[in-house]
Amino acid sequence: MPEPTGVIHDIGYQRYTGPRLGRRPVFGALYLHGVRTAFGLGRSAKAKIFPWLVVGIVLMVAVAATAMRAQFGQVVMTYAQFADAMSWLVIFFVAVVAPELVSRDLRSGVLPLYFSRPLPRSDYPVAKLLALVTALWLLLGAPQLLMFLGAAFTLDGLGAVWDELLDLLPGLLYAGMWAVIFASVGLLIASLTGKRAFAAGGIVAVFLMTTPIVGTLSILPSQTANQLAGVASPPTLVQGVGIWTMRDLLITDPDGVAPDLGPYGPVYGLVAVALVAACVALLLARYRKVAAR
Amino acid sequence: MTLIATESLTKVYGGGVTALSELTVAVEPGIVGLVGANGAGKSTLIKLLLGLLTPTRGRVRVLGLDPTTDPAAVRARVGYMPEHDCLPPDLSAAELVTHLGRTSGLPRTVARERASEALRHVGLHEERHRAVGGYSTGMKQRVKLAQALVHDPDLLLLDEPTNGLDPAGRDAMLALVHRIGTEFGISVLVCSHLLGEVERICDTLVAIDGGRLLRADHIAAMTSATDVLAVEVSEGTEALADRLGALDLPVRREGRLLLVPLADEQTYDLILGAVAELDLPLHRLDQRRHRVAELFARRESSHA
Repeated sequence: MPEPTGVIHDIGYQRYTGPRLGRRPVFGALYLHGVRTAFGLGRSAKAKIFPWLVVGIVLMVAVAATAMRAQFGQVVMTYAQFADAMSWLVIFFVAVVAPELVSRDLRSGVLPLYFSRPLPRSDYPVAKLLALVTALWLLLGAPQLLMFLGAAFTLDGLGAVWDELLDLLPGLLYAGMWAVIFASVGLLIASLTGKRAFAAGGIVAVFLMTTPIVGTLSILPSQTANQLAGVASPPTLVQGVGIWTMRDLLITDPDGVAPDLGPYGPVYGLVAVALVAACVALLLARYRKVAAR
Repeated sequence: MTLIATESLTKVYGGGVTALSELTVAVEPGIVGLVGANGAGKSTLIKLLLGLLTPTRGRVRVLGLDPTTDPAAVRARVGYMPEHDCLPPDLSAAELVTHLGRTSGLPRTVARERASEALRHVGLHEERHRAVGGYSTGMKQRVKLAQALVHDPDLLLLDEPTNGLDPAGRDAMLALVHRIGTEFGISVLVCSHLLGEVERICDTLVAIDGGRLLRADHIAAMTSATDVLAVEVSEGTEALADRLGALDLPVRREGRLLLVPLADEQTYDLILGAVAELDLPLHRLDQRRHRVAELFARRESSHA
């Protein structure tokens, strides 16, 4: 096809006198665009493969759990346990989607186009972060909702459904905790490089490399070190907070091996909050630097 | 209203590099050419105008607003086309420009309409639904221009819009910029290191070098008084030069050409008379618009 040669059909230029939206709607547009990007919507078919593969797997697990429960009348996993069981998928999802959200923009140099527009420069990273949190929460929450609906249809009486709902809500909350911590760590790492492969590798590395540290700490001959071991890695940190706040929902097998937190439950909570705060602060600092370039 | 006004504007970067030094300039709406060599401070000035950088000293106003204290208000009325590649390859031009239009505060449907309008105005039609990654450099430049235009700004800041284009592409881009400045009613600041390009389309020219202002003036004021006639004869150049000198015309030699400043219509007659008198074979006699470049070249050499 020949190059367009600058021939312009003269219909005339129209000035725009209509409304211009303020900061919040613009932020909303950025956020929604981020959520869509996370699931590959509005992008090429190739960008859709991975997110929907993961979505497919978690939904299949949820369907299987629901079916088994309906068939054998036995709860295979609680809602909160579902999030735990899916942790590896969540890590891979973050490793692919976080670079898609921020590294791609760094690499293509599109950021000056955002920063030369009215939105304050912190809005861009915050919108991306919320988008990733939402995507992760949907990833873990939607299957739980499916399990709940499946259970609700097989249960007798409203009381049982109500009890089920009381189980679901902490599960969704727990999923939210996974989402917030994984999104802030993952997005911060991804924002450091424009190369998506490096960003993905970095995210997996941080989640993987910290696991042996937890392992080492948990076999040290000090009980304090054992009980605090989980703090060293994001997945065990989230689990620790979960066990501290909703022990019954996460540990259903009384004979099973469960991490012992000792009296340090609140420490897990504090570390989790501090970790998220630090990641957000660093992310904002990072974009202050990027915007000034 | 003054389009852009700066007062002793100075920007010193962290490393002690002075990018702009005591720049004081005021330009009126229209097409403004900002020329200077690479590293002269053009991009720094643009970033100061957008409020992306804060000045070390001095003041800057864009459209009567201060970008240091109210960057959002300035950016809402300004469109910026960066110099470098800035398009995500996997999005289509239509999606990208729509999204950026929404980021500028346009409602969803308006953003979509204006995006396709803006793309049409820059000459992209059906191809706007294809991924930008497959575009030629010329098409990419057009998309960059369209995204700066989508929210109907009052001022466009174009950083090297002809970068990477072939001569035909350059002409088309310059014609487009000229059209935006004259027909769309949008003021344009065009940055370039090629003086010959911008002088063709702009009303006002601002030249900076090493972060300092060389000159800022209307293009007419820069060129009108300096038109010259170039005379070339096949033989007897010396004799003609003497003859014209005797007629009190300040003649300059430039290779085989004689350059005579064009004072008024009479100058033509005087030259033609002299040529006829000496019976010399006249090769050419034409009016040469003094290139603005020569003005700057002379100024710069006088600096040195």
